[in-house]
Amino acid sequence: MLNQFTSYLGSNLTPGTANNQLWALMYVLIIFAGVSVAVICMNWIERKALAHFQVRLGPMRVGPHGLLQPIADALKLMLKEDIIPAEADQFVFWVAPLIGLLASFTVYTVIPFGPSQAVSDMNIGILFMLGVSSLGVLGIVVAGWASNSHYPLIGALRSSAQMVSYEVAMGLAIVSAILMTSMNASGTGTLSMIEIVRAQQQQHVWFLFKFFPLGLIAFAIFAIAMVAETNRAPFDLAEAESELTAGFHTEYSGLRWSLFMLAEYAAMIAVSSIAVTLWLGGWMRPFPNLLSAPAWDFIFSLFPGLTFGGLAAIALIGTARMPAHSFFKIQRIGLAVFAALLGFIALLLLVIAVAGRSADTSLAARFNQGIGYVYWFVLKIAVFMYLFIWYRATWPRYRFDQLMRIGWKVMLPISLGVLMVTAIVGVLVK
Amino acid sequence: MNPALDSGMAPVATPWFFYVLAGLAVASGVAVITRRNAVHAALALIVTLLSVAGLYLMLYAPFVAGVQIIVYAGGIMVLFLFVIMLVNIERSSKERRFNRIWPVGLAAACALMALFVSAIVKGKTVLADPMTGKALWPDIIGRLPESSNTQQIAGMLYGEAGRMGQYTFAFEIASLLLLVAILGAVIMTKKKI
Repeated sequence: MLNQFTSYLGSNLTPGTANNQLWALMYVLIIFAGVSVAVICMNWIERKALAHFQVRLGPMRVGPHGLLQPIADALKLMLKEDIIPAEADQFVFWVAPLIGLLASFTVYTVIPFGPSQAVSDMNIGILFMLGVSSLGVLGIVVAGWASNSHYPLIGALRSSAQMVSYEVAMGLAIVSAILMTSMNASGTGTLSMIEIVRAQQQQHVWFLFKFFPLGLIAFAIFAIAMVAETNRAPFDLAEAESELTAGFHTEYSGLRWSLFMLAEYAAMIAVSSIAVTLWLGGWMRPFPNLLSAPAWDFIFSLFPGLTFGGLAAIALIGTARMPAHSFFKIQRIGLAVFAALLGFIALLLLVIAVAGRSADTSLAARFNQGIGYVYWFVLKIAVFMYLFIWYRATWPRYRFDQLMRIGWKVMLPISLGVLMVTAIVGVLVK
Repeated sequence: MNPALDSGMAPVATPWFFYVLAGLAVASGVAVITRRNAVHAALALIVTLLSVAGLYLMLYAPFVAGVQIIVYAGGIMVLFLFVIMLVNIERSSKERRFNRIWPVGLAAACALMALFVSAIVKGKTVLADPMTGKALWPDIIGRLPESSNTQQIAGMLYGEAGRMGQYTFAFEIASLLLLVAILGAVIMTKKKI
């Protein structure tokens, strides 16, 4: 057991490929915990950001600036009565949220947070991700049917039609990125998530900028389709509250409802990570080849610490700006403690960056590298997560016929065209 | 490409996974034909398809497993459910499930099973190649290396280094057949083209 634990530490393979079950299990647990925490943070950020877009304050009461609001929400959802409608199909009603949750969390086994920071490196990586994430729609369809009610059924029908149509354009956009992976010296493309990022490093370009407008167009199609795939605004017709109450989860309450939300946010992170892996260089820091000197490595490895330092500074400013009234005393102490915690993490990360700056293979250096990979990957995902909120605050919802027209008559032909032109250009360049 | 895999590391708990997956496939396959509710049957069919995908994985065919999930479990079954959801469950649950020729169906199924079993049993002796004496079922099962499975399948289907693949012709004919089917469906639904 101990041997299994220590033997992996020097390895630069993923635990899945190194056949180390213990570390694979640890990675699974870390990713599960990390994604759950990310969903909680995202919940708070979404409420706050949406409020500020609409010139409101958002949650302010529970904790300083509503920081403890997600915890209060989670407690409320757990304590709420769990209602199953009498006419509902009991078993299917029960199993539907689990299908969605399973599908969106299974995908994380192949997401490469770094060259060895993934549970496993499958030869069929991207195919596996697409397949399993497309199973998520089953949860929605089945939930809508099992509720035995009009609005959920309509919501489920809409969402299945929508997902099936946007998956086509999405798949073609992904294929055109995969074609680009075969442009390296060995001449064979790959479906493995880790190899796709390595191909971008070997070709010295993010696939976003490869064959200039082509990569960008494919990326744009994927970026639109992924919003539709996750049922988010402006494509959230499955839960259009003005028409369908809450769509497919109208009859759900309490913990089951929160499982749907968890699945939705986990799926959002998962599709964002597909976009990051395929077009935005995955775990690579900016300019890994151009600025490859050890000094640059050191400067970029300071970024995680500085980010947390910046957050700590913001929290400190917030503490200083708290009203001086005695009502706010506890909130002020709480925010100061939060700032101190962030500052401590920042200090820890900076210490690791300094300790691991030599380019040898000591544990500190490896740890430092790992933090760097995960930091850049998560930062790129965070940009997408903010975009999801921004879209929701900015654009009105599409009508269903508009949605279908965009999917089949605009995005599908464009993605087919991009695929063909990419193939032709690839052959000509070679 | 991948030293850990190519060095022939033994897979974990293979018989256990095989029996779990095979049992799941058979049990849910039975549920598909015995459930009165069409949606329950469709869900059971999804479980069957997924466990068959797991069996493909155990046969070192990850690409086929991935395609099984994406095409059957993800694509076709969603369309199935889409249609089934609109069926009136109350009425269809009262209808007769099996029509009167079920004894014939049962006999056919039994005959097919007997054929399979006899092929497996006699494959080594009776059905062996008379010239070379080689068994119908080779003892050592060749496998594609998992770390380049997709690339090898591509080589077989499309050919590599300017030479046609083993199955290029069959593959193209099959895709032509599918194209004809798609065109037929379009023509049947459109009154005016």
